[in-house]
Amino acid sequence: MRWTKVNANPDHAAGSGNEPRRRFRSGQSRFRKVSALSAAGILLPAFLLWALVLSGAPAEKHLSIYSVAANYSLTLVPREGRDYVGLLEVLEPLGKVSSKFEGSRWRLRYNNVEGDFQVGKTRARVRDRDADLVGKFLVENGRGMVPVSSLASLLPRFLGGPVTLREDSGRLFIGNIATHFTASLAGENPPRLVFHFTAPVNPTIATEPGALRMTFSHDPVVAPASPTLTFGNKTIPSATYTESGGTAVVTVNATIPVIATFANDGRTITIVPTSAAAQNQSPNAPSTAASAQTVAAAPAAVPPALPIARRYFAIIDASHGGDDHGETLSSSLLEKDVTVALARSLRQELESRGITALVLRDSDANLSVDQRAVFANADHAAIYICMHAASSAHGVRVYTALLPYGEDDRGPFRSWTTAQHASLPLSQVAAAAVAGELQKRQIPVRTLSAPLRPLNNITGPAIAVEVAPQGSDVSQLTAPDYQQLITSAVATAIAASRDQLGAAP
Amino acid sequence: MIPRHLVIAMAVLLLAALGLSIYAWHVRKTVVSPTAAAVDTRPLAPPVSGPVEGVVLYVAHDDDGTLRPVSAQIPMPSGRQQRSEELLRALVSLYLDKSSPHVLGAGSDIRSVFLIDPGVAVIDVNSAFADTHRSGILVEELTVVSLIHTISANTSGILRVKILVDGKERDTLAGHADLSAFYDVSAVNQLATQLQSGP
Repeated sequence: MRWTKVNANPDHAAGSGNEPRRRFRSGQSRFRKVSALSAAGILLPAFLLWALVLSGAPAEKHLSIYSVAANYSLTLVPREGRDYVGLLEVLEPLGKVSSKFEGSRWRLRYNNVEGDFQVGKTRARVRDRDADLVGKFLVENGRGMVPVSSLASLLPRFLGGPVTLREDSGRLFIGNIATHFTASLAGENPPRLVFHFTAPVNPTIATEPGALRMTFSHDPVVAPASPTLTFGNKTIPSATYTESGGTAVVTVNATIPVIATFANDGRTITIVPTSAAAQNQSPNAPSTAASAQTVAAAPAAVPPALPIARRYFAIIDASHGGDDHGETLSSSLLEKDVTVALARSLRQELESRGITALVLRDSDANLSVDQRAVFANADHAAIYICMHAASSAHGVRVYTALLPYGEDDRGPFRSWTTAQHASLPLSQVAAAAVAGELQKRQIPVRTLSAPLRPLNNITGPAIAVEVAPQGSDVSQLTAPDYQQLITSAVATAIAASRDQLGAAP
Repeated sequence: MIPRHLVIAMAVLLLAALGLSIYAWHVRKTVVSPTAAAVDTRPLAPPVSGPVEGVVLYVAHDDDGTLRPVSAQIPMPSGRQQRSEELLRALVSLYLDKSSPHVLGAGSDIRSVFLIDPGVAVIDVNSAFADTHRSGILVEELTVVSLIHTISANTSGILRVKILVDGKERDTLAGHADLSAFYDVSAVNQLATQLQSGP
């Protein structure tokens, strides 16, 4: 019996009078514990290190800024436990900005307003008045950075008008720019959900079982009175509004597949069951959506043959940007900076000829080639012009798309990789016109096709202009005279081809 | 007081941990160093044997942005796929010369070429090829067209070409030339003709 007891619980053997064995067993137990702790001490840090490596870098945060001058997105960086943003990048698309470093002081001038910042300080002086920055002012790579939360108090001082910051969702509205909307259900069988917006919108449409999602990346759409809208209909019971990561999303819940149609210059979006849309499009059915443009999940939908409302005649894309520097032209000159300057110069030249133009990347923002193509396609611009800069060869190269080996178009949808196919002849006409105008001005020029995205993804006429110096001096690329010489020639050619390009679908 | 055998056990565990760390460091070094060496030690002589044949290589020239045909005599193996690999390796070895009209970065190489019926060629270049490539639309385009036009002109039946980097798909060669899609050989050949005519 005693042996059984000792085996069952060695510590209880104290009463047995067998002292050395008790001590030995107690030591054995402690040894096991220490060994386990040691192993855990070695393995746990190793596991944590492994998990840290596997988890990778956290997702990037963005701040979308909406203003009358431009809508743009900036990357936020986490510093000091807060989200920071470059102040110069925030103000640059809105007006004339310059900055100067004097020791630990950073002076910023926006139009006629001066700001004085000191590295490591939580207060700044703007318009000779103190401004609270909420966190420390930081400088990285010559960029003055402030906490995002300070923009709500800082920007009105510089801009002289109100701003609305939605820090949680990464959205900043400058002035009274917000686009409001209402949603109402019309008809029961089939039901039609009609959204009315106060300004034209260009959302990305995605469908999934039970829902249709409209993502507003470039439009300052704001929430209705209630974020959840209920319609009391079995087919389309509700819609919800959410915003995060710099975008607003309206999700329409539906029990059957639905499709979105645009009308009224992009101010009205109607959601209808796909079966009803098919009936409307059949030749025998009455054409209730005659002036509407149908958009489904694929962004390269064939444009309708009817007249299209376009906001801008020309979309000018400053290539690269953000983390994508493009070519390093010299130790202090990056392609992404030259392309922005060229794009702004071209916008000015086009506008002076009465052509509406938008610079797609008007700041040092990250923008993927897909995003650029989606924006240009959604706007139905008469011409998409992508600006590049290079140090090799001389003069200017004008490119059209070298189409890849593509998939066939399916029904009303074009293959994304060869979306340019139908517009390629008109793109070549535009490229020839630009080359002709450059030749007239004695600038060496060449027209070629190139495997350059997003040219092949653009549904309308699209060209890329690569500007190289005339000699071996790369600094010529930053010379305003040289930039204007090129951009005025491009603008003149576009203006001369206006009727031809404007007639394109 | 901690018993002596526990102190010994802890010491043994710590020594084991230290020993394993040193061993892991040693193993890491032995794994890393051959990879670095492999980049720099390109074969000086053709690694294959076969009858010497005349081929046409389409060589890029940066100064005037042209593609020019150059006749070359290189040993060619009998297999269709191996022939394509040797052809492109001969082209790349031209570009590795510092006096080349279109210099590629040191260590650039063709890993392999796969010919898949019907009419698909996959060119797999090493990571040094893309990582050290100069950035620019024309300079990248010249490299891509030079590779595709050379392989299609010397190997019949190729309709489309895909370029991989180190066995993986990549968005662009060096920021411009698209590598995400299949190249249409007939379109590339038209461009090659355009590039041969010069500015």
